[in-house]
Amino acid sequence: MSLAEAVARTPRPLWSLGLLGSEITMTFRRWRTLALLAVLAGIPVLVGIAVRIETGDGGPDGGGGGEGGPAFLSQVTHNGLFLVFASLAVTLPFFLPMSVGVIAGDSLAGEASGGTLRYLLVAPAGRTRLLLVKYATTLTFCLVSTLIVALSALATGALLFPLGEVTLLSGTSVSFGEGLLRALAIAVAVAVSLTGVAAIGLFVSTLTTSGIAAMATTVGLLITVQILDSLPQLHALQPYLFPHYWLSFADLLRDPVYWDQLAKNLGLQALYAVVFGSAAWARFSTRDITA
Amino acid sequence: MPAPPAPGPGPVRPPVDEPGAMPAPAGEWAIETQGLTKAYRGGRRAVDGLDLAVPRGSVFGFLGPNGCGKTTTIRMLMGLIEPTAGRARVLGQPMPAAGRRVLPRVGALIEGPALYGFLSGRDNLRRFDAADPAADPRTREERVGRALERVGLAAAAGKKARAYSLGMKQRLGLAAALLRPRELLVLDEPTNGLDPQGMREIRALVRELAADGTTVFLSSHLLDEIEQICTHAAVMARGRLLTQGPVADLSATALGSHGHARLTVTTPDTADAARVLKECGVTGVEVTDDRVTGELPHPDAPVGGTGDGAPREVAELNAALVHAGVRVRGFGTARASLEDVFVSLTGEGFDVAG
Repeated sequence: MSLAEAVARTPRPLWSLGLLGSEITMTFRRWRTLALLAVLAGIPVLVGIAVRIETGDGGPDGGGGGEGGPAFLSQVTHNGLFLVFASLAVTLPFFLPMSVGVIAGDSLAGEASGGTLRYLLVAPAGRTRLLLVKYATTLTFCLVSTLIVALSALATGALLFPLGEVTLLSGTSVSFGEGLLRALAIAVAVAVSLTGVAAIGLFVSTLTTSGIAAMATTVGLLITVQILDSLPQLHALQPYLFPHYWLSFADLLRDPVYWDQLAKNLGLQALYAVVFGSAAWARFSTRDITA
Repeated sequence: MPAPPAPGPGPVRPPVDEPGAMPAPAGEWAIETQGLTKAYRGGRRAVDGLDLAVPRGSVFGFLGPNGCGKTTTIRMLMGLIEPTAGRARVLGQPMPAAGRRVLPRVGALIEGPALYGFLSGRDNLRRFDAADPAADPRTREERVGRALERVGLAAAAGKKARAYSLGMKQRLGLAAALLRPRELLVLDEPTNGLDPQGMREIRALVRELAADGTTVFLSSHLLDEIEQICTHAAVMARGRLLTQGPVADLSATALGSHGHARLTVTTPDTADAARVLKECGVTGVEVTDDRVTGELPHPDAPVGGTGDGAPREVAELNAALVHAGVRVRGFGTARASLEDVFVSLTGEGFDVAG
């Protein structure tokens, strides 16, 4: 090997994608990630079996209507596709954001505690590039985890319950095909709902060199905010809390779709992503790496 | 099995200057700092006004007691820590500003290896290579394979890194530094955790790399190691640079008049021996038990300078002793070791600096 080689080579923009590929592959090959995804895939199966047993006993066929997560449960026995909506409604408040918090919280803090961060930076990965790669990977995890819940729910629903035309919340019926499309749209809406938590997790991750501490802090924040969001006294504050519009995805099951809350959710998540993303960048790009 | 180490430290090994070995280096310094300072909260200065100059092509030993600021310096050079004051240039470019251009040409092992335990050795290298935007992915496999072979890890490349011994981890860390041809290698205690065999191999590797024209900046607390493979050295203590220069000069400047080779004669006739040696111009003669030691008068003085009548050759001293009837059991000279230099400079041995 000659030194001339080393000098002659100039980086190509596409080579930068190598790190993203490496990061995504590495994240999804870790046992921890696979365990999280397995738990998420198991939840729809549990919900499906519970509903099946309940109705098999000749128990009361559903109850209550109106909005909110539990509402979908009553529909599951009529149409397996509703298990997708029910499962997303069950996992969105806690399980999904918790697993996103684990991945995001560990993203940089985990590298720091392992010491690999310094080697990535002298490679040189570039601080901004590494941060973007970590966020992009976390967002990929948001989408994959949501899709896994949806697919597991769809498979369970198809096995345990009949499939067919979908009766929307507004009473009209659409074909099963359109129902599937709406299910996909809902999965995407749920994944987008998680981008705010992902940004918070990334920011927390730049603050510490302990992966566990970052994960715990992120999940703790999530629980705290969820509690705040349920206190009526904090009514004025609640529209600014990131989980506030999470269940707006149900509006995709109306005809016509109510875009108002969905748009508010999107805007709120974008705001969190920008604010905490910038904070993460400000912190990470100037931090002394001593670990 | 790499070649055995070259004989002794000897005089300064001249910096590699074979024509064509390096593509017209920009500037003569591989690393150059001016007033480099890092103060931590509370004002404690981990590094204080460091003026370091590492010549291109040298094997540069960076010495100092634990906690003296060596690693902080290395981290500042690599752009991991922002200096409080002063500036640093690596391969002629300012750091950390030019990190993206400079760091691909630098291989580094900083404060021991750090690996992904859940990845195999080979996957670890793939990952670090992917992090370098200047590394061609088309040649990645080949380069990873070559780096693994170079450090003797080819056979264990498929094992998970968490199952590696410290020595193997150290080798894998070195392999990561060798993924691409480098102009500068920064190695922080590269033989830490290795068995003697491994240490020899790594030293041979460092020599080999240096012979290719790579500048090697080596921090170590093993003075033997520095003495064996380094052409230049710097000594740091309490955040300050005490001295730097070619290893041979270092002993002279640091030890002053005591910097020259020291003669040791083992004999039962110590009194006679001391007298004869003094007559021959040996200074600082001391007698301990059955040994007489003293400073040789300018053994390296240039030929032509006529002397004071003192014997020019060490062998003549021996002849003089024998002639005077002194029974010589042992006779030898030793240059002041780097350890002597080190202790005389830092005066604190290897205690952790406060």
